[in-house]
Amino acid sequence: MVPLSNYLALSGILFGCGVIGFLIKRNIITIFMSIELMLNGVNLSFVAFAAQWHALRGQIFVFFVMVVAAAEATVGLAIIIAVYRTRETLNVDRVNLLKL
Amino acid sequence: MQPVATTFFFYFLAALTLAGGVLVITRKNPVHSALALIIALLAQAGLYLMLYAPFVAGVQIILYAGGIMVLFLFVIMLVNLERSQREEQFNKQWLLGIIAATALGALFITIFVRGRAIFPVHIAAVAEESNTQEIGLMLYGNYMFTFEIASLLLLVAIIGAVVMAKKRI
Repeated sequence: MVPLSNYLALSGILFGCGVIGFLIKRNIITIFMSIELMLNGVNLSFVAFAAQWHALRGQIFVFFVMVVAAAEATVGLAIIIAVYRTRETLNVDRVNLLKL
Repeated sequence: MQPVATTFFFYFLAALTLAGGVLVITRKNPVHSALALIIALLAQAGLYLMLYAPFVAGVQIILYAGGIMVLFLFVIMLVNLERSQREEQFNKQWLLGIIAATALGALFITIFVRGRAIFPVHIAAVAEESNTQEIGLMLYGNYMFTFEIASLLLLVAIIGAVVMAKKRI
Protein backbone atom coordinates (compact mmCIF):
# COMPACT_ATOMS: atom_id res chain seq x y z
CA MET A 1 0.00 0.00 0.00
CA VAL A 2 1.10 3.54 -0.69
CA PRO A 3 1.37 5.56 2.52
CA LEU A 4 -0.61 8.72 3.05
CA SER A 5 2.52 10.88 3.17
CA ASN A 6 3.25 10.19 -0.52
CA TYR A 7 -0.13 11.56 -1.49
CA LEU A 8 0.40 14.60 0.73
CA ALA A 9 3.84 15.25 -0.78
CA LEU A 10 2.38 15.03 -4.28
CA SER A 11 -0.41 17.42 -3.36
CA GLY A 12 2.10 19.84 -1.85
CA ILE A 13 4.25 19.78 -5.00
CA LEU A 14 1.18 20.37 -7.17
CA PHE A 15 0.19 23.33 -5.03
CA GLY A 16 3.76 24.69 -5.28
CA CYS A 17 3.64 24.37 -9.10
CA GLY A 18 0.44 26.42 -9.05
CA VAL A 19 2.01 29.10 -6.84
CA ILE A 20 5.09 29.41 -9.07
CA GLY A 21 2.97 29.57 -12.22
CA PHE A 22 0.73 32.20 -10.67
CA LEU A 23 3.74 34.37 -9.84
CA ILE A 24 5.85 34.03 -13.00
CA LYS A 25 3.30 33.96 -15.81
CA ARG A 26 1.98 37.03 -17.60
CA ASN A 27 -0.74 35.51 -19.72
CA ILE A 28 -3.99 35.81 -17.78
CA ILE A 29 -5.34 32.47 -19.09
CA THR A 30 -2.28 30.58 -17.85
CA ILE A 31 -2.59 32.32 -14.48
CA PHE A 32 -6.11 30.92 -14.32
CA MET A 33 -4.81 27.44 -15.10
CA SER A 34 -2.31 27.80 -12.23
CA ILE A 35 -5.23 28.50 -9.88
CA GLU A 36 -6.92 25.30 -11.08
CA LEU A 37 -3.66 23.45 -10.39
CA MET A 38 -3.63 24.77 -6.80
CA LEU A 39 -7.26 23.75 -6.26
CA ASN A 40 -6.45 20.26 -7.52
CA GLY A 41 -3.53 19.92 -5.15
CA VAL A 42 -5.84 20.73 -2.24
CA ASN A 43 -8.48 18.30 -3.54
CA LEU A 44 -5.93 15.48 -3.62
CA SER A 45 -5.06 15.95 0.04
CA PHE A 46 -8.77 16.07 0.93
CA VAL A 47 -9.39 12.73 -0.75
CA ALA A 48 -6.23 11.21 0.76
CA PHE A 49 -7.33 12.17 4.27
CA ALA A 50 -10.86 10.94 3.58
CA ALA A 51 -9.48 7.54 2.61
CA GLN A 52 -7.22 7.56 5.67
CA TRP A 53 -9.92 8.17 8.23
CA HIS A 54 -12.81 6.41 6.49
CA ALA A 55 -14.69 9.70 6.44
CA LEU A 56 -16.82 10.53 3.42
CA ARG A 57 -16.98 14.17 4.46
CA GLY A 58 -13.66 14.82 2.72
CA GLN A 59 -15.05 13.60 -0.59
CA ILE A 60 -18.16 15.74 -0.16
CA PHE A 61 -15.90 18.72 0.49
CA VAL A 62 -14.05 17.97 -2.75
CA PHE A 63 -17.39 17.99 -4.54
CA PHE A 64 -18.15 21.47 -3.23
CA VAL A 65 -14.63 22.69 -4.06
CA MET A 66 -15.22 21.53 -7.63
CA VAL A 67 -18.55 23.41 -7.75
CA VAL A 68 -16.82 26.59 -6.59
CA ALA A 69 -14.00 26.03 -9.11
CA ALA A 70 -16.54 25.70 -11.90
CA ALA A 71 -18.30 28.92 -10.88
CA GLU A 72 -14.97 30.71 -10.56
CA ALA A 73 -13.77 29.51 -13.97
CA THR A 74 -17.01 30.62 -15.63
CA VAL A 75 -16.97 34.13 -14.19
CA GLY A 76 -13.21 34.50 -14.61
CA LEU A 77 -13.24 33.50 -18.26
CA ALA A 78 -16.12 35.91 -18.88
CA ILE A 79 -13.97 38.64 -17.32
CA ILE A 80 -11.06 37.60 -19.58
CA ILE A 81 -13.29 37.96 -22.65
CA ALA A 82 -14.50 41.38 -21.46
CA VAL A 83 -10.92 42.52 -20.77
CA TYR A 84 -9.73 41.30 -24.14
CA ARG A 85 -12.57 43.10 -25.91
CA THR A 86 -11.76 46.45 -24.34
CA ARG A 87 -7.95 46.28 -24.22
CA GLU A 88 -6.94 43.81 -26.95
CA THR A 89 -4.37 42.20 -24.68
CA LEU A 90 -4.03 39.26 -22.32
CA ASN A 91 -0.96 40.58 -20.55
CA VAL A 92 -1.73 41.26 -16.88
CA ASP A 93 0.92 43.98 -16.70
CA ARG A 94 -1.06 46.05 -19.18
CA VAL A 95 -4.34 45.62 -17.32
CA ASN A 96 -3.45 48.02 -14.53
CA LEU A 97 -6.39 50.43 -14.64
CA LEU A 98 -9.96 49.70 -13.66
CA LYS A 99 -11.27 52.35 -16.01
CA LEU A 100 -10.20 53.01 -19.58
CA MET B 1 -11.24 -7.23 -4.80
CA GLN B 2 -7.51 -7.24 -4.16
CA PRO B 3 -5.61 -4.21 -5.50
CA VAL B 4 -2.99 -4.91 -8.15
CA ALA B 5 0.50 -3.30 -8.17
CA THR B 6 -0.66 -0.19 -6.34
CA THR B 7 2.84 1.16 -5.79
CA PHE B 8 3.70 1.07 -9.47
CA PHE B 9 0.44 2.74 -10.44
CA PHE B 10 0.85 5.39 -7.77
CA TYR B 11 4.29 6.39 -9.04
CA PHE B 12 3.16 6.21 -12.67
CA LEU B 13 0.14 8.46 -12.07
CA ALA B 14 2.11 10.78 -9.79
CA ALA B 15 4.77 11.19 -12.50
CA LEU B 16 2.07 11.96 -15.07
CA THR B 17 0.44 14.51 -12.76
CA LEU B 18 3.73 16.22 -11.97
CA ALA B 19 4.82 16.27 -15.62
CA GLY B 20 1.48 17.84 -16.54
CA GLY B 21 1.75 20.39 -13.74
CA VAL B 22 5.29 21.41 -14.67
CA LEU B 23 4.39 21.65 -18.37
CA VAL B 24 1.43 23.93 -17.52
CA ILE B 25 3.72 26.54 -16.02
CA THR B 26 6.64 26.19 -18.45
CA ARG B 27 4.96 26.14 -21.88
CA LYS B 28 4.65 29.43 -23.71
CA ASN B 29 1.61 28.54 -25.75
CA PRO B 30 -1.61 28.55 -23.65
CA VAL B 31 -3.09 25.74 -25.76
CA HIS B 32 -0.17 23.49 -24.82
CA SER B 33 -0.65 24.49 -21.18
CA ALA B 34 -4.33 23.57 -21.34
CA LEU B 35 -3.59 20.17 -22.89
CA ALA B 36 -0.94 19.47 -20.22
CA LEU B 37 -3.46 20.44 -17.54
CA ILE B 38 -5.97 17.97 -19.00
CA ILE B 39 -3.35 15.19 -18.73
CA ALA B 40 -2.63 16.16 -15.11
CA LEU B 41 -6.36 16.17 -14.27
CA LEU B 42 -6.94 12.75 -15.83
CA ALA B 43 -3.96 11.26 -13.97
CA GLN B 44 -5.34 12.77 -10.79
CA ALA B 45 -8.67 11.05 -11.45
CA GLY B 46 -6.69 7.79 -11.49
CA LEU B 47 -5.20 8.69 -8.12
CA TYR B 48 -8.72 9.28 -6.75
CA LEU B 49 -9.66 5.78 -7.94
CA MET B 50 -6.65 4.41 -6.06
CA LEU B 51 -7.92 6.19 -2.93
CA TYR B 52 -11.28 4.39 -3.18
CA ALA B 53 -13.17 7.46 -4.30
CA PRO B 54 -14.85 6.47 -7.59
CA PHE B 55 -17.50 9.19 -7.36
CA VAL B 56 -14.92 11.95 -7.02
CA ALA B 57 -12.90 10.43 -9.89
CA GLY B 58 -15.97 10.46 -12.14
CA VAL B 59 -16.85 14.03 -11.21
CA GLN B 60 -13.21 15.02 -11.82
CA ILE B 61 -13.29 13.62 -15.36
CA ILE B 62 -16.76 14.93 -16.25
CA LEU B 63 -16.54 18.35 -14.61
CA TYR B 64 -12.85 19.27 -14.80
CA ALA B 65 -11.48 17.50 -17.86
CA GLY B 66 -14.79 17.63 -19.71
CA GLY B 67 -16.31 20.92 -18.62
CA ILE B 68 -13.87 23.46 -17.28
CA MET B 69 -11.06 22.60 -19.68
CA VAL B 70 -13.38 22.79 -22.71
CA LEU B 71 -14.40 26.23 -21.45
CA PHE B 72 -10.72 27.19 -21.22
CA LEU B 73 -10.01 26.00 -24.76
CA PHE B 74 -13.05 27.85 -26.09
CA VAL B 75 -11.89 31.10 -24.50
CA ILE B 76 -8.36 30.55 -25.85
CA MET B 77 -9.85 30.23 -29.32
CA LEU B 78 -12.06 33.31 -28.85
CA VAL B 79 -9.12 35.60 -28.12
CA ASN B 80 -6.46 36.41 -30.67
CA LEU B 81 -3.51 34.25 -29.68
CA GLU B 82 -1.17 35.31 -32.50
CA ARG B 83 -0.90 38.79 -31.09
CA SER B 84 -0.50 37.77 -27.46
CA GLN B 85 2.00 35.08 -28.46
CA ARG B 86 4.41 37.79 -29.52
CA GLU B 87 4.20 39.45 -26.13
CA GLU B 88 6.41 38.37 -23.30
CA GLN B 89 4.98 35.34 -21.54
CA PHE B 90 6.99 35.32 -18.31
CA ASN B 91 7.46 38.30 -16.04
CA LYS B 92 10.57 39.17 -14.08
CA GLN B 93 9.35 37.58 -10.87
CA TRP B 94 11.54 34.47 -10.92
CA LEU B 95 13.16 35.45 -7.62
CA LEU B 96 9.85 36.05 -5.87
CA GLY B 97 8.45 32.82 -7.31
CA ILE B 98 11.40 30.77 -6.09
CA ILE B 99 11.29 32.41 -2.64
CA ALA B 100 7.55 31.74 -2.29
CA ALA B 101 7.94 28.13 -3.43
CA THR B 102 10.87 27.54 -1.06
CA ALA B 103 9.00 29.01 1.90
CA LEU B 104 5.95 26.91 1.09
CA GLY B 105 8.09 23.79 0.67
CA ALA B 106 9.86 24.43 3.98
CA LEU B 107 6.48 24.77 5.68
CA PHE B 108 5.25 21.50 4.19
CA ILE B 109 8.46 19.65 5.09
CA THR B 110 8.38 20.98 8.66
CA ILE B 111 4.81 19.83 9.12
CA PHE B 112 5.62 16.51 7.49
CA VAL B 113 8.65 15.85 9.71
CA ARG B 114 7.10 17.05 12.95
CA GLY B 115 3.70 15.47 12.40
CA ARG B 116 4.92 12.12 11.12
CA ALA B 117 3.35 10.36 14.08
CA ILE B 118 -0.16 11.40 13.11
CA PHE B 119 0.14 9.94 9.62
CA PRO B 120 -0.18 6.16 9.91
CA VAL B 121 1.57 4.12 7.26
CA HIS B 122 -1.26 1.99 5.97
CA ILE B 123 -4.39 3.18 4.28
CA ALA B 124 -7.23 0.87 5.18
CA ALA B 125 -9.63 -0.05 2.42
CA VAL B 126 -13.13 1.41 2.53
CA ALA B 127 -16.08 -0.11 0.75
CA GLU B 128 -16.17 1.27 -2.77
CA GLU B 129 -19.32 -0.48 -3.89
CA SER B 130 -21.54 1.82 -1.86
CA ASN B 131 -19.39 4.97 -2.17
CA THR B 132 -21.62 6.88 -4.59
CA GLN B 133 -24.76 5.80 -2.75
CA GLU B 134 -23.46 7.02 0.61
CA ILE B 135 -22.27 10.33 -0.86
CA GLY B 136 -25.71 10.82 -2.38
CA LEU B 137 -27.41 10.09 0.95
CA MET B 138 -25.12 12.55 2.74
CA LEU B 139 -25.55 15.25 0.09
CA TYR B 140 -29.34 15.08 0.32
CA GLY B 141 -29.32 14.51 4.07
CA ASN B 142 -26.85 16.33 6.28
CA TYR B 143 -25.56 18.62 3.54
CA MET B 144 -28.90 19.58 2.02
CA PHE B 145 -28.52 23.28 2.81
CA THR B 146 -24.96 23.42 1.44
CA PHE B 147 -26.10 21.64 -1.70
CA GLU B 148 -28.84 24.21 -2.28
CA ILE B 149 -26.39 27.07 -1.71
CA ALA B 150 -24.03 25.49 -4.26
CA SER B 151 -26.84 25.41 -6.83
CA LEU B 152 -27.58 29.06 -6.11
CA LEU B 153 -23.87 29.88 -6.56
CA LEU B 154 -23.87 28.16 -9.95
CA LEU B 155 -26.95 30.13 -11.00
CA VAL B 156 -25.25 33.39 -10.00
CA ALA B 157 -22.13 32.33 -11.95
CA ILE B 158 -24.19 31.60 -15.08
CA ILE B 159 -25.96 34.97 -14.94
CA GLY B 160 -22.72 36.80 -14.15
CA ALA B 161 -20.88 35.17 -17.05
CA VAL B 162 -23.65 36.08 -19.50
CA VAL B 163 -23.81 39.67 -18.24
CA MET B 164 -20.04 40.16 -18.42
CA ALA B 165 -19.30 38.40 -21.70
CA LYS B 166 -22.19 39.92 -23.67
CA LYS B 167 -21.47 43.08 -25.61
CA ARG B 168 -24.82 44.71 -25.05
CA ILE B 169 -27.51 43.54 -22.65
